[in-house]
This record gives sequence, structure tokens and C-alpha cells, in this order.
Amino acid sequence: MSELTVKNVSKSFDGKKIIQNINLTLHQGELVSILGVSGGGKTTLFNVISGLTEPDEGQVLLDGRDITGTPGKISYMLQKDLLLPYRTIEDNVALPLLIRGMKKKEARIQVAPYFEEFGLEGTQKQYPRQLSGGMRQRAALMRTYMFSRNVALLDEPFSALDTITKSSMHAWYLNIMEKIKLSTLFITHDIDEAILLSDRICLLTGRPGEITREIVIREPKPRRKDFNLTGAFLDYKREILSVLEEQTEKETSEKNLKIKEA
Amino acid sequence: MRKRLQNITSTINTLAALLVLLAVWQIVCVLGIVPGYMLPSPVQVAAAFVEEFPLLMSHLRVTLTEAFLGLLCGVAFGFAMAVLMDRFEGLYRAVYPLVVLTQTVPTVAIAPLLVLWFGYEMLPKIILIVITTFFPITVGVLTGLRSADKDTMNLLRSMGAGRMQIFRYVKLPGAMGQFFSSLRISAAYSVVGAVISEWLGGFNGLGVYMTRVKKAFAFDKMFAVIFLISIISLLLMKLVDYLQKKCMPWEDTHE
Repeated sequence: MSELTVKNVSKSFDGKKIIQNINLTLHQGELVSILGVSGGGKTTLFNVISGLTEPDEGQVLLDGRDITGTPGKISYMLQKDLLLPYRTIEDNVALPLLIRGMKKKEARIQVAPYFEEFGLEGTQKQYPRQLSGGMRQRAALMRTYMFSRNVALLDEPFSALDTITKSSMHAWYLNIMEKIKLSTLFITHDIDEAILLSDRICLLTGRPGEITREIVIREPKPRRKDFNLTGAFLDYKREILSVLEEQTEKETSEKNLKIKEA
Repeated sequence: MRKRLQNITSTINTLAALLVLLAVWQIVCVLGIVPGYMLPSPVQVAAAFVEEFPLLMSHLRVTLTEAFLGLLCGVAFGFAMAVLMDRFEGLYRAVYPLVVLTQTVPTVAIAPLLVLWFGYEMLPKIILIVITTFFPITVGVLTGLRSADKDTMNLLRSMGAGRMQIFRYVKLPGAMGQFFSSLRISAAYSVVGAVISEWLGGFNGLGVYMTRVKKAFAFDKMFAVIFLISIISLLLMKLVDYLQKKCMPWEDTHE
């Protein structure tokens, strides 16, 4: 059973605190979204969790083991698919295995059964530029999954897609998550996307960014196709918007107070 | 299919322009607008080429050997310099200005010195070719290595990749496009470099042949060898294109 715990994490850059006292837990098979405005410290938090950046304070634990500042433990997927244009899809998704030292032939055998599951059958020998945006994101997710079957960090993975592709990717994603049970921490600034996909939503607000509210989405999975048209969906959206507005007002009044004091 | 059609059309256009140019040249010579001893006609040049063909080929063999060996050493040296400068920032800061400086010294000025130091054999010629060919490779490969996508490198780091793996999977293949563009330039430079070095001393080679026919005022033979050098440079560039297509098959795929 894989469980990711982030304990009291804070991080500053050039003396400016970006995130402060972040606490969150991701349970097995869960999808938790971190929702916040751009520049709110979401990516910094992800860099800390993935081990690319060391926090000033706090710890990152995977199944109770301290993995703070240790890359190579948690898989990572960004808004850009970052598929290597000079490698076939098969060799792109096998990359994490090659990095671990597996032979190319063996790595190809290992990834082969997952192509059908990820809706990528027939693309093995193709290059990324031959695939559509949606297909490339599927391949990027498959590469993430090949790296770790336990926990994945997804940083706005669908934000570069057009609305129609994004919508079909959401449906596909919910479906595949049911099958692979990958515990996922999902960064987004899209409220609809967060409600549609998540089990829980953590609102990262303020400067420095703090998790100010956690909202549990009680709609059972797999979710119906028209969930985003229901009253329950709108209630969640209203709740999130009110928290975000409240936070914006608070920030504005604090800023005004500082200007007056100056 | 459309790309292929465009290529064929482009080749036909180039050939047509070349034919027009040759026709105008021939007319100018036939009408005596420029005296025959100053400018031989294309037909005279072709005749000289056929007549001198065996001799040209024997000189060409020497020039191509020098060009190939010089290019090989130049590419190896240029590539190694680029990799080291990418790896060690201090080395980059110290050496890069010197590398640029080597290109400000005219080849024709260095060649006699090299002849004085190393004699009339192949070595000074190869050194001169290395000096002219390594620079485009160093600059091209270095640019490619330094422009590797930071997000991609971070992604690989998050997967636990080390420096060598990042070099192998991201930096090196990412720099291949620039490498081949530079190699195309260096390949052309290598032939020109070999000919220039032969002008200043030597016993065989197209440069030596050129010097001899120049002294004999055999303009038709001069033009024949000039065309031969151009054709060889073009063929080398085409060979690089072919190699690039073989080494970078993803470039040829359609979206």
C-alpha cells in the first residue's frame, strides 16, 4: 500500500517564502487535486515532493520512509508531454526502465502489454510528432506509470489541450484510473477539472501558498458523464469560488493596509 | 508525396537556371564579347575536363584523402571541445573566446607557416583543414547541447537519471540537428581547405594542379578544376544530408 505524506513543508526563494506549512496525505488509489491560482506555489510544491528541490522545512514521506530531496522515487508529469521527439513511443514510455538500467529489448517487452490499456495500440513504432496532442499526453501518462505504479504527480497535464480533446481526456483518464489505481496528486487551476476528477481538493491560496481548505468530492466513481451538469457539481464549484473570493478579498485588504502604513 | 513533388520541382528549377546561365556564357564567348583567352566557353571547359580527366582524378584522390582525414580529425576535435565546454562552465568561459579567435586568422596566412613548420607532406594540410573544420562543429554542437530543454532534463532527474544518462538521452540526440548542419559546412570547408593548403606547397592534389595550370595560363583547365571542386563539395554536402536522414529518421516522419 502506497501512501504519500507531506509534513509541514515550507520553501523560500531569494528570501521570499513561496509555500508555507503544507500538510497533506495521499492514500492508495486516491486522486487529490491541488487547486490554486497561477504563481501560488503549486509547481514549487511539486518540485519539493518529486525531490528536485529540497524544502527549507518539513518532510516528504512515501510509505513512512523519508524521501525528502531524493529524486527518482515519485513519477512526474507536466503540462508539456516532454516526449523525446527522436525516440519512438515505445522507447519513450520505456525510458524510466532504461534509466533504471534495464536492457532496451527487455524494457520493450515490459511496456508492450500496457499499450492497449492506455489506448495507444499501434503507436509503438511511431514518433511523437505523428500523434495528436491527446495521444501524446496518454503516452506521457503511460511513461509516468511505467516509472511508478504507486504515486504520480501530474502538473496541469491537460491544460494545453483544446476543450473537446480535454473533455475526452477527462473521460479516458477517469476510466484508466479505475483500472490502474494509481495514487495521483494533480495540480490544476481549472475548478471544473478538479471537481470532475478528484476525490479530494486542497485549495492552495495566499502568498506564501498555504492549504486553506480541503473539500471532499463525495460523488462515487466511476462518475457519470453528465456529472458536471448536476446541482451537486455546481454546489462544489460555488463552495470553491467562495473560498477563493474570500481569500482574494483578504489579500487585497492586507495589501491596502500595507500601502496605508507605508 | 507533396514534399517529394516540391523537391522535384525545385531541382528542375535549379537545373533550368543552370542551363540558362551556361547558354548565356556560351553565347557571350561565341560572339566574342569577352576574348577567348580570358574566358573559355563552357564547351571548351568540358573538353578540357574530358582531356584532363585521368590526371584530375589522380590529383583528386590526394585532395580527398587530405580533406577526409582533416575533416575526421576536425569533427572529432570539435565535438570533444563542445562536450567538454558544455560540461565545464569554467572551460567554456576560458576557451570559447580563443576558439573564436582562431577563426579571425585568415587560412591563407597560416598555411605558409604550417608548411615551414611541418614541411610539404600531408601533415600541415591536415592541420589546416582541422583548424577550418572544427569551429562550425564546436559551435553547432555546443549550441545544441546548451539548448537542451530544462523541463525534460528535470523530468529525467525526477526519474533518477544521472548526468551521463541525461547526456545520452536528452543532450546528445537533441544536438544532432545542429551537428549535421555544422557538418555540412565543415565538409565543404574541408575540400576548400585542402586546395588552399596545396596552393602553398606540395607535390600532388587539385591545389597543386591549379597552380600549374594557372602558371600556364590554361584558363579552360582552371575552370575545369574549379567545377570539379564545386561538384565534390556539393556531393559531400549531399552525403551529409543522406547520413542525417539515416541517423535522424524521425525528421522524415509526417505529422
